[in-house]
Order: sequence, then C-alpha cells, then structure tokens
Amino acid sequence: MKHASSLARISPLAPPEVAITDLTKRFGALTALDAVSLTVRPGTVHALLGENGAGKSTLVKCLMGTYRADGGQIRVDGAEMRLSNPREAQKLGLGMVYQHFTLVPSMSVAENLVLGEEDMPAVIDWPNRRKALREFMDSMPFRLDLDRVVSGLSAGEKQKLEILKQLHLGSRFLILDEPTSVLTPDEADQILGLMRDLAREGRISVVLISHKLREVETYADEVTVLRGGKRVGQGQVSDLGRADMVRMMVGEAPPATERAGAEHVTGAEVLRIDGLSVDNDRGVTAVRDLGLAVRAGEVLGIAGVSGNGQTELVEALAGQRDATGGAITVDGKPFHRTRAEMRDLKIRLLPEDPLRNACVRAMSVAENLSLRSYDEPPFSRWGFWLDRAAIRSHGEELIARFHVKTQGPDALIGTLSGGNVQRTVLARELSEGVRVLIVQNPCFGLDLKAVAEIRSRILAARDDGAAVLLISEDLDEILELSDRIAVMSQGRLVHETPRAAASLQEIGRHMAAH
Amino acid sequence: MEGDAGWLSVLVAILGGAIRVSTPYLFVSLGETLTEKGGRVNLGLEGVLVMGAMTGYATAVLTGEPWFGVLVAGCAGAMLSLVHGLICSLPRVNDIAVGIALFIFGTGLAFFLGKAFINPSAPRLPSISLGGWSDVPQIRSALEINVLFLVGLALALFIAWGLRNTRWGLVLRTVGDSSEAAEALGYRVNRVRIAGTVAGGFLSGIGGSYLSLYFPGTWNEGLSSGQGLMAVTLVIFARWDPIRCFYASLLFGGATALGPALQTVGITANYYLYGAAPYFLTLGLLIYSSSRQHALAGAPGEVSISR
Ligand SMILES: Nc1ncnc2c1ncn2[C@@H]1O[C@H](COP(=O)(O)OP(=O)(O)OP(=O)(O)O)[C@@H](O)[C@H]1O
Ligand SMILES: [Mg+2]
Repeated sequence: MKHASSLARISPLAPPEVAITDLTKRFGALTALDAVSLTVRPGTVHALLGENGAGKSTLVKCLMGTYRADGGQIRVDGAEMRLSNPREAQKLGLGMVYQHFTLVPSMSVAENLVLGEEDMPAVIDWPNRRKALREFMDSMPFRLDLDRVVSGLSAGEKQKLEILKQLHLGSRFLILDEPTSVLTPDEADQILGLMRDLAREGRISVVLISHKLREVETYADEVTVLRGGKRVGQGQVSDLGRADMVRMMVGEAPPATERAGAEHVTGAEVLRIDGLSVDNDRGVTAVRDLGLAVRAGEVLGIAGVSGNGQTELVEALAGQRDATGGAITVDGKPFHRTRAEMRDLKIRLLPEDPLRNACVRAMSVAENLSLRSYDEPPFSRWGFWLDRAAIRSHGEELIARFHVKTQGPDALIGTLSGGNVQRTVLARELSEGVRVLIVQNPCFGLDLKAVAEIRSRILAARDDGAAVLLISEDLDEILELSDRIAVMSQGRLVHETPRAAASLQEIGRHMAAH
Repeated sequence: MEGDAGWLSVLVAILGGAIRVSTPYLFVSLGETLTEKGGRVNLGLEGVLVMGAMTGYATAVLTGEPWFGVLVAGCAGAMLSLVHGLICSLPRVNDIAVGIALFIFGTGLAFFLGKAFINPSAPRLPSISLGGWSDVPQIRSALEINVLFLVGLALALFIAWGLRNTRWGLVLRTVGDSSEAAEALGYRVNRVRIAGTVAGGFLSGIGGSYLSLYFPGTWNEGLSSGQGLMAVTLVIFARWDPIRCFYASLLFGGATALGPALQTVGITANYYLYGAAPYFLTLGLLIYSSSRQHALAGAPGEVSISR
C-alpha cells in the first residue's frame, strides 16, 4: 500500500462508532434538524446528501459540539456524549474540515499544523518540531512547503492543509463538509481516494458532505439523505442508483439545465478588454496584459486553476481593485467601473463568495436585493427619501420569483444558506435588463436543483442578448455553458477555442502548464 | 573644524535624546502590539500611561522605592486595561470607542488622584553610565542610559521570540488573526484577547512610570504629550513587529529630541516647529504606509483598523 508509512503516524486506535439518535436542532422558529438518526460504522465512508439548507452542516456541527442540540443523543462507542466545545470532540478523535477555511491566514503551514495539537508545549522546540513535521509531510500523498504562509496558498492548497492538519492531529473520525467544492477534479480524486483507502484499512471513519453525486458513488459506502431537516433516505451506496439518490434529495426526477434557445444569435461585440493589468494584495502582478472580447448573445468561458488571476480580474471589473493598466469598453463606450456607468451600460456581476463581495451582511434580504436601485424611483423619492415599503415588497416579489429560501424579506442575509445567498444576488443582478453579465464560480457549493436553475438563468440572459463572461474553475460547467472557451494561466489567456472544437485534453494541458 | 564638532554634538545630543525620549514609546508600542496581536485596538493606552505615571510617582514618594513605583504603575495599567478588555467582550461593543472613553477616564482619574503629589519629589530611577571612555561631556551625558530602556530592549526581543516560539504567542496570534479559526480550535477568543489587553496595559503603565520617575522625572498634568496615542501609529509603522517597534521608537524619540539638540548649538529659530517633528512624522508615516492597492502587510486580520 502506497500510504502504508503514513498510517503509522495516524493514531493506532480504531475509529469510534458514532451513533446519532433523534437529533433535533432549532434556530428560533426554524427547525433545522428534526429527529435525525444515523450510525457511522468504524472504517466506513458515510455520505450526507441534501439540498442547500437541508441541515447537513448543522448536523455535523452538533456532532462536533459547535452547536448544542435541542434534543436527541450522540453516542461515541456506546457512551453518550454531551460535547460543548470542538476541543472536547478533538480529544475523542473527532475532527472536522469546515466548509469555510479555519486556518490562520498570517501563519505558516508549520505553525498551523502545530496549533491544533492537544499537547502543544509552552515553549515550542521548532527544530525538532519541523523535523517531525517534515517526516509527516513526506509520508503524505500530497505535501506543502512548511514555510509558506497560508494567505499565499491557493484554495486547493488550503483544503489540503486542512485535511493534513486533521490527520496530523490524529483524528480517527473525520468530517469533511464539502471538501471538494474548491478543488479540481484531479485534486478531489486524490484527496477522497486517500480518505477511502484509510477507511478501508480501518484507520479512520469519514463523514462526507458533498453535492457531487459522482464523488458519493465512487467514494462512499453508505449514504444518508436529508431534506428540510428530516431524514428522507438511507442505505448502502451500492444498492442505490444515482436516480434514487436524486429522487430522495429533491423528491422528483433529476433536474437538467434548460437549454432553451440553443440556436441563439450572436450579435455585435459588447464587452472589450485591452491590455488589462492588475496587481494582487501583495503588489505582485496577477493579471498581465489581458485582452478579450465578448459579443452579444455569447458566453465566453474562462477556465483555469484557482489562483491564476481570476479573482483579481473579476475584482478589477467590479471596481473593487484598481487596474495598473489597460482599457475596458462596453458597446464602444469606455467603462471606468463607476456605479453610474454600471447602471447606464447595464453591467451586472455575480462574484465569488457573494456574501462577502456582493452583499451587506448586516442588512436584510430585501435591502440587499435593492442595493443596485435603492436610490432611484420607486424606492427613493426626491433623491434622498427611501420608501421602505416599496423596498420590502420588491424584495418579496424577487424572493418568490427566484425561489429564495428565507424566513422572510426582513431576515438578515447572513442567516441564509450558501445557495440561497447566491440566488439572492443573482435575483438582484438579473431582475432588470442585462447587457454584460460577469459571473465567477456561480455554482460553488450549490445543490443539483440550484445548479440547474442558476445555469438556466445565465443562459436565459444570454439568449436575451447579454454578453456573458463566465469565469469558473469547474471545467464541466465551462463546457456546458460556453460558446467560446479560453484558459487563464498566470494572469494571461493562453488558449482560446470555440466550444464546438474544444478538446478536453487540450484545455487540461493548458490549465496544468505552469 | 569647530563647525564639525558642533554638528557632532548635535548628533550625539539627538542620540542621547532619542534614547531618553523613546523609552515610553517603546513600552507603550510593545503593549499595543500585544493588544493588537490579540485582535483589539486599545486607544486608551494614553490614559493608561498617565495613570501609570501618577501611581508610580505616588508610590515612589510614599515608599521611597522607585522600582516599587514601576511595579505599581504596571499593575494600575493592567487594571485599567482589564476594564477595556471586559467591556469589549460584550457583544456589539466597539473597541475604538471604549478606548477613547478609557483615555479620557484614565487621564481624568490620574489628575484627580494625583493632585496631592505635584509638589513632593520622588526618588529617581537609576541609570548606567556607558560614556566613561570619553571625556567629552556631551557624549558622557548622552550615554547615560536608563535601565528601563535596556529592559524595554530585552522585552522587545523576548516578545518577538515569544510570539513565534511559545504556545501563548501562537494562541494570541491565532485569536487576533481569525476568530473563526480560534473557535474551531476550541480557544476562548475573548479570554485570550483580555489577557493580551491586560499585558499590554501592564507595559504601558510601566512606560508611564518612566515619565514621572526618570525623564522628565516629575509628576504634573502636562507630563504626557500624546505618546500613548502616537504609539498606535508607531505600531502600524512597525508592522506589528516588536523589533521594529524598537527602531521606530528610537526614530520617534530622535524626532522629539531634534529641537533641543539644535538648541545646544545655538539654533533656536523655529524651535516650536522642530517640536512638532514627531507629529509630522506620525502623519507622514500614516500616509506612507497606506495604500489603495495593497493590504497592510502583517496586520492582524481581526483588528478593526485592518478590516
Ligand atoms: N446560526 C444560524 N442561525 C439561524 N439559522 C441558521 C443558522 N445556521 C443555519 N441556519 C439555518 O438552518 C438551515 C440548515 O442550514 P445548514 O447550514 O445546516 O444547511 P446545509 O445543508 O449545510 O446547506 P448548504 O448545502 O447550503 O451548505 C438553513 O435554513 C439555515 O438558514
Ligand atoms: Mg453547509
């Protein structure tokens, strides 16, 4: 076995059996978990499936002691547990890789690895520690330079570090909350393959939360499906087909992206970027001399491994970051990324991590929905008076039209699940005429239904004549939606091809070339 | 030839002045570094400084033992900062606002309690003469190094080491950089932050006692000229690095010593303008270290000025 030597360092104890019975958790009026039961047998990979907001994260957070359950029991090796703190869970060998990274950004890889150690000494003997860490790294299927600072790692590297950290801590029961949403398919296979191998050898148990059925089919032994906080299905993956799992998740047949108007017409050039250069936070050039053009009724898909300047490009287009050079025009008019121009030229944007980049956390859903137009009639009178009733009813209408799951228009946007934040922003950006639509990773972490719906809406905008710039790390998504495909590598567009002529190998080769 | 000696003595005077004046900057900026590494800003350190000056002086007057005064000053500073730490742990409390309140409260309280100690004189802290090799009086007086300066230098080295090599250091930085990560690791964010703030207050209190017990060495209401506030800028300029705090303190001290040093060679014109040098320096450094393009390198992620 390839990983044999690494296993020596993972705790010699067998993984615990974890049994959850009738677990209930309420947030105010909302019952996020309703008497859910499941048992994870030692040495298995147990997948947790469900739509956005089904309660998957809530379930595992109760298990880790982050949330305190309102009812039910958790037994670890038969003994009932009342955990109130993730550190206690850690002592029992339970470890979690969170949906959002929990690494310390300003610290090095080595410091992050040492931090979680239960017996971290008062004075750290770095030379010895580093030697031990280097040995540990060498025994792992993927390794990271111990001295690199976390804030400089790509999303995929951070994800690997999170998992390395848990293995280093000797966790025997690993919970992975959507571990692969930021990884390339190869990286995902590498990480999940390792998890499965370790489980097969009876060294760890794994709870895997994922929206990707392919991963569940390939790597999980058992599956539990949640819907609206209730358990709606459970079984061996080998007994269930993909269609069964989808039916349990959404209660109906598998959704598909509507490809209405597949023979859309491509019009004149709308968005044009010439010689754009942008620096990253550290003052290093992240986008260099980039040029592209998108026509009306066309989707230009930009593929690429994360960290090749995509985020800086979108931030520059959004006006969040100054460009160091270059020009952008829309319909032949210069675009300086001001709010007024965005309104006049009808430029709309769905950036990655929309809760941070496109929402005001402390505002309600309705207020967030009005951010583009609150200062215009009918929401504003005489240029300064806001009509809150109009904002609220406009919010209600969009919530209904875009199926946003929220406790109401007045709920804070921060309480929505990830997929619903995404829908809220898309509702705001697409509700009026769109000339240019810029979207980055629009389906990260979304469930099947939401993915199909959001992709359909992007295509609908294209069919209505919008020029769409799609920047995504998900190659399948690029292939599904784009009319033309380009690859971004080290801040440049290195390869461009029409969709019809695109070859997966060719694109993959350009993505991997550094 | 004579002109040369004149300028040399200006340089020596600036160096001596820098060491003398920089000590309180050093202690307060080290204290602020500890506080901010934990994720909070304590603008009240100016108040803490004045309180330290008063309690240190009063203790020295009453007991005749200046080192005991230093200790009491540190404890007074720690107590005052504890108030800051506790209030800021309540939900939805802004640390800047609490800091300003503490600043005003600390100075007010010190003036109120310190009225009785304006006249009596306290024993001063000792110094070490390193200028014995020279027979130039200016050099001798410039190299009259106070002990607290050396303690501060040692502390800067120790804190720099401790932040990297001790459990406390790592936990403090974790809490200051990402409360989410700290919670996931099971650390109590508020407790660690309070500890950082209290330690910072202890150091700032000592910085205050230096003012009243060594230089200028008296207690009155005009003792501090905003060193506690400027130390906050200094920490930003020093990029939250204790060693660089040491250099930055020397730089600020040197700027303050500019006017008096020029006076020694008879340049008295624009004396008050030179007196404003540290404030110009503060302003210049703030502008220099800000940028639309780049994040502040080294800034703890949870500190409100970098969010
Ligand atoms: N801290 C909280 N306060 C209030 N409501 C919450 C909180 N955390 C979660 N919820 C609500 O509980 C429900 C379940 O959320 P949870 O995060 O467990 O969903 P999920 O299945 O992990 O979804 P996703 O696939 O989007 O990650 C959602 O309706 C969510 O809005
Ligand atoms: Mg979740």
